[in-house]
Amino acid sequence: MNSLILRTAVRALQPVLLLYSFFLLVAGHNQPGGGFVGGLIAAAALALYAIAYDAASARTLAIVDPRTTIGVGLLLALISGLLPLLAGLPLMTGLWASVPLAGNTKLALGSPILFDIGVYLVVIGMTLLMVLSLVED
Amino acid sequence: MELLLAVVVGGLYAGGIYLMLRRSIVKIIFGLALLGHAANLLIFTSAGLTRGRAPLIPVSGSVAGGTLADPLPQAVILTAIVISFGVVAFALVLFRRGWQAAETDDPDVLRITET
Amino acid sequence: MTLLLVLPIVIPLLTAAVTLLAHGSPRTQRTVPVAGALGLLVAGVLLLWTVERQGILVLQLGNWPAPFGITLVADLFSALMVAVTGLIGAAVAVYSLVAIDETRERFGYHPLLHALLASVCGAFLTGDLFNLYVWFEVMLMASFVLLALGGGRPQIEGAMKYVTLNLVASAFFLAAVGILYGAAGSLNMADLAVKLENGSAPGVTTVVAMLFLVAFGIKAGVFPLFFWLPASYHTPPVVISALFAGLLTKVGVYALIRVFTLLFVHDVGYTHTLILVIAGLTMITGVLGAVSQNDFRRILSFHIVSQIGYMVMGLGLFTRLALAGSVFYIVHHIIVKTNLFLVSGVVDRLRGTLQLSSLGGLYESRPLLAGLFLVPALSLAGLPPFSGFFAKLALIHAGFEAEQYLIVGVALAVGLLTLVSMMKIWAEAFWKPLPPDAPETPVQGGLSLMVGPIAVLATFTVLIGLGAGPLFEISMRAADQLMDREGYIRAVLGDGS
Repeated sequence: MNSLILRTAVRALQPVLLLYSFFLLVAGHNQPGGGFVGGLIAAAALALYAIAYDAASARTLAIVDPRTTIGVGLLLALISGLLPLLAGLPLMTGLWASVPLAGNTKLALGSPILFDIGVYLVVIGMTLLMVLSLVED
Repeated sequence: MELLLAVVVGGLYAGGIYLMLRRSIVKIIFGLALLGHAANLLIFTSAGLTRGRAPLIPVSGSVAGGTLADPLPQAVILTAIVISFGVVAFALVLFRRGWQAAETDDPDVLRITET
Repeated sequence: MTLLLVLPIVIPLLTAAVTLLAHGSPRTQRTVPVAGALGLLVAGVLLLWTVERQGILVLQLGNWPAPFGITLVADLFSALMVAVTGLIGAAVAVYSLVAIDETRERFGYHPLLHALLASVCGAFLTGDLFNLYVWFEVMLMASFVLLALGGGRPQIEGAMKYVTLNLVASAFFLAAVGILYGAAGSLNMADLAVKLENGSAPGVTTVVAMLFLVAFGIKAGVFPLFFWLPASYHTPPVVISALFAGLLTKVGVYALIRVFTLLFVHDVGYTHTLILVIAGLTMITGVLGAVSQNDFRRILSFHIVSQIGYMVMGLGLFTRLALAGSVFYIVHHIIVKTNLFLVSGVVDRLRGTLQLSSLGGLYESRPLLAGLFLVPALSLAGLPPFSGFFAKLALIHAGFEAEQYLIVGVALAVGLLTLVSMMKIWAEAFWKPLPPDAPETPVQGGLSLMVGPIAVLATFTVLIGLGAGPLFEISMRAADQLMDREGYIRAVLGDGS
């Protein structure tokens, strides 16, 4: 598509969408959001770019091949599921660690976030793969 | 409320089946999507509706009291939506390829795999 | 020990992830899948061995107690299925090294294959109905893509029919899950079994049972819901057909047996008689379809349908011996059917066609291949001393015991017709001389990697036939576990229930 308005709008929207997708990913544990929605929004940002410009530049923007993204995501999700085995707990048990931050705040860090990041990456990769295959032919 | 949702579910099923029986592969996909929505709403309705009582434990206590909305059907529906998103997206890619290969929108013409 | 329960799911997923990451290196892309499939085979055999010695294994995922979390359960039936899945996965992975072209490899053939294996194992091992739905969908997605991958018009058309009908089945499945949850308030199968037994609305339960029968019936390819199968299975590369023919419909049969032995046994006189009628009609329509075909792979595709009838027949009779016969039949059939498709792949490579009229002379030029065809073909038809004979014998014996003479007659007649169509392939492709107008033979090579898996599977067919005793004993014990619902419920929910 060759539309100046869309291209300009996409340039402005791109960072906002990606930032928002990251926000959803992190907020997902106890608020609306999560890996799937976050991944969809990130993929939508890249797909919008592919429609406004072309598939090749969207691929460049995504830096890595979608297949690698899916692979890494799958691996991360598997690792988060297998981690509790090391602690002698059944597969996919949530492990939590408390990381002290400045002042009195503490950051609760759990293995579910690793799973969510994995889902995030798989969703980005899958959606991108499908959108690109539609845009490219 | 149950009655309204039941009517909506029935309408979605009827619409989905009607679309799937039309002679157009695009409408088959729309029909499939409607069937999925109908099934999701059916789960939601048949599991029972509870209004305005989120199944959350308050910060002060350790047990949530009273009648609460059942979170499980919602989790089930969310998962089903995610899955149907993936499947319908793939079906779109596939049907587009099919349309390119056969150069027709009419499923009755797609019979070269039958004898 | 519970680690064994997750290995059959984790190993293929891990293999898929690593293979995806290695998409730049063709060598890793080919060695890792074979290693992964062999790993799955080992895990499956270990699981079977452990379950055989220790009884039903149960794992509560995420440490959430049943019925709140997702439960993985392996009884003898599931463990047998997982072990056979490993065997087929390994055979197909080796065969694919030669049979799959580079384009398909680049588009992710190997990761998809392993995603499919993971979902099949997941479906066999899960003890939760909604989790079963999820595995069915993962399986469906992987199989869609495999079916359509890199294909021309016939393949895409076949895939479109497959996708549409299977999505309708999924919609049925989902609706059934929803209504069942509304009626019983649980999705854990053991918990459901308890709640349905004490339930007050048998009418609703029967309706849900029929919804499940339709949903799994489409997946299994029973009469009158099988039309997607012969319309799509002969279109993709042969090795993909072989994998689908061996495993996918059997997941549907497994699900049917699981829910109709564990959950829906409140009105056996109605539901299981209906299943028995469906079984008979499935056998007849499948075998008649096969007899009327003139293409190697189409004949085999229709025979999947007729053989599904036998497996479902055991469920319909619903006695201990009949269920054991079904379990034995499924194990035998997965091996034999995959093997027949793999043989047709070699024939396709040698002659470049699968039309029976253009084939011929293969017995003269390839006697070993001809022998390797005869073993599974005769076994499929149920001739002694191969595995199929004992599978059919058990079912027919069970039919006599239950005094269902009509279905026994149908089963015997269908066996005869199966032999007819197997002999048709034998006479046309192997025995008769090569017709003079046959197409040019394409380039050959790498045949040993294709014949190797065939020979291994044929050996298994012979071994199961000659040593039918041990496998049949395991099948009997698997049937005992299927009939003993209390044991399953106790294993999952604990003694307190």
